[in-house]
Amino acid sequence: MLSNHLPILQVVIPLIFAPVCVILRNGTLSWVLASLVSCITFIIACLLLTSVSGGNNITYALGGWVAPAGIEYHVDLLTAYMLLIINAVAAVVVIAARESMASEIASDRLYLFYAAFLLNLTGLLGVVMTGDAFNLFVFIEIASLSSYAMISISRDRRCLYAAFKYLILGTIGASFILISVGLLYAVTGTLNIFDLSDRLGNVENTNTVITALIFFTIGIAIKAAIFPLHLWLPDAYTYSPVIVSTFLAGTTTKVFIYALIRFIYSLFGYEFSFNQLVLNDLLMILACGAVLYGSIQAIRQDSIKRLLAYSSIAQIGYMVLGISIATELGLAASLAHVFNHAVIKVALFLSVACIIYRYNTEMISQLHGISKFMPYTSACFLFGGLSLIGIPLTAGFTSKWLLIQASFSAGYWSLVIIIVFSSILSILYVWKVVEAAYFKTPAVELSNNNTQNAPRLLYIALFIFVLANLYFGTETSVNIGFAKDIAYGLVN
Amino acid sequence: MSSGNLILIALIIPLAATVLIALANKLPNLREAITLLSAVALIIVVYSILPLVLDGNSPGLLLFEIFPGLEIYFELEPLGMLFACIASLLWLINSIYSIGYMRGNNESNQTRFYIFFAIAIFSTIGVAFAGNLVTLFIFYEVLTLSTYPLVTHKGTQDAIHGGRVYLGILLSTSICFFLSAIIWTNVLADTTDFKTGGILNHVNDNSIILLLLLLYAYGIGKAALMPMHKWLPAAMVAPTPVSALLHAVAVVKAGVFSIVKIVSYIFSPALLSDIIELNFLLYLSGATIIIASIIALKSDNLKRRLAYSTISQLSYVIMATAILVPISIMGAAMHILAHAFGKITLFFAAGSIYTASGKTKVSELDGIGRAMPWTMGAFAIGSLSMIGVPPTAGFLSKWFILQGAFTIESWFAVTVIVISTLLNAAYFLPIVYMAFFKEAKSHNTISNGEAPLPIVLALCFTALMTIVLFLYPVYAMQILTLLTGNVS
Repeated sequence: MLSNHLPILQVVIPLIFAPVCVILRNGTLSWVLASLVSCITFIIACLLLTSVSGGNNITYALGGWVAPAGIEYHVDLLTAYMLLIINAVAAVVVIAARESMASEIASDRLYLFYAAFLLNLTGLLGVVMTGDAFNLFVFIEIASLSSYAMISISRDRRCLYAAFKYLILGTIGASFILISVGLLYAVTGTLNIFDLSDRLGNVENTNTVITALIFFTIGIAIKAAIFPLHLWLPDAYTYSPVIVSTFLAGTTTKVFIYALIRFIYSLFGYEFSFNQLVLNDLLMILACGAVLYGSIQAIRQDSIKRLLAYSSIAQIGYMVLGISIATELGLAASLAHVFNHAVIKVALFLSVACIIYRYNTEMISQLHGISKFMPYTSACFLFGGLSLIGIPLTAGFTSKWLLIQASFSAGYWSLVIIIVFSSILSILYVWKVVEAAYFKTPAVELSNNNTQNAPRLLYIALFIFVLANLYFGTETSVNIGFAKDIAYGLVN
Repeated sequence: MSSGNLILIALIIPLAATVLIALANKLPNLREAITLLSAVALIIVVYSILPLVLDGNSPGLLLFEIFPGLEIYFELEPLGMLFACIASLLWLINSIYSIGYMRGNNESNQTRFYIFFAIAIFSTIGVAFAGNLVTLFIFYEVLTLSTYPLVTHKGTQDAIHGGRVYLGILLSTSICFFLSAIIWTNVLADTTDFKTGGILNHVNDNSIILLLLLLYAYGIGKAALMPMHKWLPAAMVAPTPVSALLHAVAVVKAGVFSIVKIVSYIFSPALLSDIIELNFLLYLSGATIIIASIIALKSDNLKRRLAYSTISQLSYVIMATAILVPISIMGAAMHILAHAFGKITLFFAAGSIYTASGKTKVSELDGIGRAMPWTMGAFAIGSLSMIGVPPTAGFLSKWFILQGAFTIESWFAVTVIVISTLLNAAYFLPIVYMAFFKEAKSHNTISNGEAPLPIVLALCFTALMTIVLFLYPVYAMQILTLLTGNVS
């Protein structure tokens, strides 16, 4: 039966069609293909989610080789939840991408972008899906290498430097993860995550395992851009084509947060990581630094893309903060924020994509009074921004509520102060854009009527995500409901 | 019709009005008719719920649940009912006034103005009917955001700057302190519902209660407790109808209303009065009353003077609440009512003067009473209510508050009230005196006569109401007595 093979199809379909894009050598055809593939994987993700939401996990032995000898794909609620986020973002973004990408990169390279996109999707889905630690590393590399390519594809030459920086740091991160996996293999002789977790019990306090945890955490921290290892992120988001930034912001860092959660809770074990090694204290300090540093930097930016990039660093801080509280509620808050932040950031980046398509700039100082010329886009940015701040009835509010509640319940008063203070900072940087858009005298260049309005598909994608912000702010059975269930499952 | 449906309809009316107003963009007369009709409809609905509450019922409505612990829930009780009655009645009066003012001054973007006004009323009704802190907070934030475009209506540099201060203070205090306090309350009590007798009685740690109270007092920036008051004078760049309804009634009253409601139904006065150090709220509000009055005395801009007078009057409500005896909380509620009618009259008068003669400064008002007898007559009545002189409603509330102050023998509160009464007289009476008894400095600008008819009608009505409330306080007293029953 085909339905038994859904886990492998999820990963293999984009992998197979990536080279097809290269064979086609045609931008439009590749776009059609990539869109179809993303839709199919999205449907598969939904099917997987419905089949595991009842509580039955799916395990799939690759090639019939049973774990721990073979590679096992493992779908539980956490996996399905992440698959849903990644696929939803991928499908909507790639369908909306055509005109925007065509305007930003050379037309003879378009097919390469779609090939890289599908590879990237393969990598991200694989990381989430696999139950094998080494396989996880492989997928991380697939995702990373293809994202270096996607970033460096832009016409803007500065993207090369951004991609190079990401390449160097990303490779260091990946190497650390590899070293960690190697060390774990050395002590236990297995690579299966769940098998590892069983066997680690006996050798937990050896220096090898502790070293493995340290290497893994640092490697993931680089990949997930956890402060102060975030240096690659602002340039990568700023200089890559805006569609690429949108996709990266909605998926990549989230997947590494997933990997962190998976390794802490399913592999190293909560007791060991948090109670013995106080990893949570370390993460908490880093997260607080991220939240404050990211927000303050965001206020200082003129480029909206860069502003959103720094805001992402701060928001990643929130996710890590939730993990570091080390309670079930904190973990739920973190997972909910992974979902909500994807919805928020994609909406914001898509509105920037509309602006860039029409005016070819993302500098706030050149976009004064843009609400007169692009009223819908500006309104969408406003709503996305309100959600980012965490105004009630938006998605951002729900996870912030959980996060503050978790901090109070665990008695971390100082965290509450930091969270609310950084909310104020987020008001400042969101309002910087809103004020320029709505209240500054329109810039002369903007009133030029020859500019072409953004394509319809891009607008539709934008509206979908803005409405999602409102929907998930009021009907929370998906984002909060699943997050709580997952947290319950992982902690108990 | 069930009471739950009535609550829903009361919320839908202003919301539906926004859509209709937007559709009638090109037809100003229809647009204004929609505003007036919805205001009338809202009054009918709100006043048909009133008897239920007067009978001692507390109808509720669970709209939906975002996730467990985060419900949008409405429940009526006397204080909220009183607030809804004030807001809905004054929306009608204010709309009549707005029509005269906006047309008289040829303001731009009038459709936007009426749309956001209706949203602001919607959120005010939401605040009044809120059955738990979460709902209150949500509508509180909507109120902030919906009034922002009204504050920056003129679009000038001043307006933008004022809007920035307005939004900055209100949003940051509410997210920083108010939201934290709500979540903390939720963690402590496992609910955020408003309940008679409070929900925090089981918390034994006094310092937690005090800290929470402090968070609420400063988190509710709309109550303008110093030093969180700067947004109010900044908001005075708005057109006068906005200042009149929103910054004298809806927004600021939402602030003090929330404080009274939280003290009454989250903490319960009995719980708080057990903790001696609580009096910090009393001292903070007392200080605010005096300082704001002194600043008002020194301001030459009429609207600024009124703004600081508002700040000081709001702290009356807070101080009355902080006295924590039923009679003073009754005084607090009465003061919300009395100040609403008194202050809206004064703002209406200020706008009337601006529309008729373009004057904004106190020092320019010599002799204006002869040209504008109705306006300045109403202004005089409003001033008397602010000072607390019979036969105006302000006297009643001051009476109750003083009675409360004597009950707990707080000489601080008594002194503050006495001094501030003198200060009130010192900054209002000279205006009245100059307007009627001094010769105009230059005759050419004074001769414009009265403002347009809608403006004069509106301000005469509110001035009249100030007196009527003193002469026939029966209905008001009925609802206030219910409130005292709930808090004692």
